[in-house]
Amino acid sequence: MSSPPPILLHALNHPENMLSLSLSSWDLLIRQARGAGLLTNLHDAIDRLGELNSIPERPRNHLESARTLTDKHQRDVHWEVKCILEALKALKQPITLLKGSAYLIADLPVAKGRLFSDIDILVPKEAIEEVEQTLRLKGWMLTTHDAYDQRYYRTWMHELPPLRHATRNTTLDVHHNILPETARLHPSPKKLLQAAISVNEDNSLYVLSPADMVLHSATHLFHDGELEHGLRDLVDLDGLLRHFGNQEAFWSELVERAKEMDLTRPLYYALRYSKKFLNTPIPEETIIASQAGSPPAFMPYWMDMLFLRALAPDHLSCRDWLSGTARLLLFIRAHFLRMPLHLLIPHLFHKAFISPRSNGAT
Amino acid sequence: MRLGELDASILKRQLRTEGISLQTGPFITQISTQAPDLIESLHTLYSDALICEYAEFSDFHISVDRPPGLRRWLQPQIDFYFDGTAPFNPFPAGQALPLFEWGLNWAISQHAHQYLIIHAAVIEKEGHAVIMPAPPGSGKSTLCAGLVHNGWRLLSDELTLLDLHNGQATPLARPVGLKNDSIEVIRRFAPQATLSPITVDTHKGAVALMKPPADSVEKSDQPAQPAWVIFPKYIAGAAATLTPHSKAKACIALGDNAFNYSIHGVNGFNLLTNMLDQCDCYDFSYSNLSDAVSIFSQLEPPA
Repeated sequence: MSSPPPILLHALNHPENMLSLSLSSWDLLIRQARGAGLLTNLHDAIDRLGELNSIPERPRNHLESARTLTDKHQRDVHWEVKCILEALKALKQPITLLKGSAYLIADLPVAKGRLFSDIDILVPKEAIEEVEQTLRLKGWMLTTHDAYDQRYYRTWMHELPPLRHATRNTTLDVHHNILPETARLHPSPKKLLQAAISVNEDNSLYVLSPADMVLHSATHLFHDGELEHGLRDLVDLDGLLRHFGNQEAFWSELVERAKEMDLTRPLYYALRYSKKFLNTPIPEETIIASQAGSPPAFMPYWMDMLFLRALAPDHLSCRDWLSGTARLLLFIRAHFLRMPLHLLIPHLFHKAFISPRSNGAT
Repeated sequence: MRLGELDASILKRQLRTEGISLQTGPFITQISTQAPDLIESLHTLYSDALICEYAEFSDFHISVDRPPGLRRWLQPQIDFYFDGTAPFNPFPAGQALPLFEWGLNWAISQHAHQYLIIHAAVIEKEGHAVIMPAPPGSGKSTLCAGLVHNGWRLLSDELTLLDLHNGQATPLARPVGLKNDSIEVIRRFAPQATLSPITVDTHKGAVALMKPPADSVEKSDQPAQPAWVIFPKYIAGAAATLTPHSKAKACIALGDNAFNYSIHGVNGFNLLTNMLDQCDCYDFSYSNLSDAVSIFSQLEPPA
């Protein structure tokens, strides 16, 4: 990075140093953490040191306020998952939670500081139509009625168009895979579901296995173009790796599973940047094994230039003259990875010139 | 030092460059703007507010400025920036002041969950506070503006901040928003009040802001214990009348009017019910401000 490393990274990596920050450093830290959605993580890091009362009142107010909001998000996710299970009860179709809600329901430490925007579930492709119909009978509605968008999702994507509950206003993404049908990489959703782990008594609710959870998180961040919460997602990855990494067998399983699932490239990036940004403890042999997923010569250099910018906190103090270009290039890269050019170019053309005219572009 | 003690040209230069750190109630807000009308209004309306000359920490970082682009020459607009991002669509350029007030309310209600924040006016006399929740158009701000020029202290016209730890109302003495006919009503009723120029054609109609009384701003560090919850309603021709309001219904109405009631969960419920145990609740209908003032002056705090 051309500018000094953001104070937020310093705080995440050395929480004890927050105890001696000046007020003007706190000013910048709170702003960066808010932009990155990581205020609650800072709160919890200081709380673990037992030092909440020794930091100045003004920044503490912001951290405690964020903790209060996070608690609310977590209550809501628990309730929403209950509602989804209730709605799908008669189908007898188990569902698998993905991402944030999975971390929360599986009671993983990484969920503690996390905010939530929607719930993601994975079901077998054969069941997706029935699941959608049932949800729509029970109050979930389509968020887009545009014929093009509908066709786009249903033909090419790995998920339904987002559903929104009519009264609770919650968003639900129903997936049948973790990458689009058209993507360059082809993880097998069957294998994901086979390895999934039950998290309730009647086996109606599952989460991905540890290795798959990490691989999905990596794929989402490095292959799916959703970089607006880049650093927060990287903090998720770091948290998962630290938690599962305590079990010795985990690391070799992770590397093997990446090969089996065609996800060695996202794993390479995940380990590289998690270590670079957050000092994630990763065994040396795992780093070496993950090199198998490294992109061809010179590419790592270019990708560093892009990702080191795109993964920085989303705050003006962390932007340089290349930040905007970096995010744009990664956005284009993600689209390129999602779809072959003969599909992508007509799609982008439609989005740029036709959708805006037929009211309500998405 | 108080903002009004700053020379107008220095204030202008600071607002246009690094900004000023303005203390309103418990919050320090760093403000910068190029908009000449907003600079002038801040000078008038916030002259009693403290500015922190060497503020190292600000709770909010706000700027109100023209969005970039060619549009500034055709149909000029103005944007509210919260720490560099614009959470709203731009407003017409002439509405910088209402946009700033509205944006600061937004910043507080979105981020200050150390309080239960109710959309209500709150005023105080002799240590006892009246909370007045009411939908727009009910005459809440007019009543509030009238009362704070007649013996009551302004804590806030829009945001009642209830401290989660002790249930006290925390002052946020900022300008009072007056809409349409009530601008003229207050001009006549309280000629001593300082009003901003009128902004026409906002989404709420014509809007003017009334400067908070100096005494209220000076006592911004003194919280007050709520003693009454009163639901005001302006009804043309109605006599000023208080009628008892059920505490259970008041609790639900306060929750409905709160920005972050559900965020606080059971703590929010406990705060409201404990507070209402100590409060008297009334509906208040009125048409004449003088009658309203005299009814309020007869309020006896609950035993």
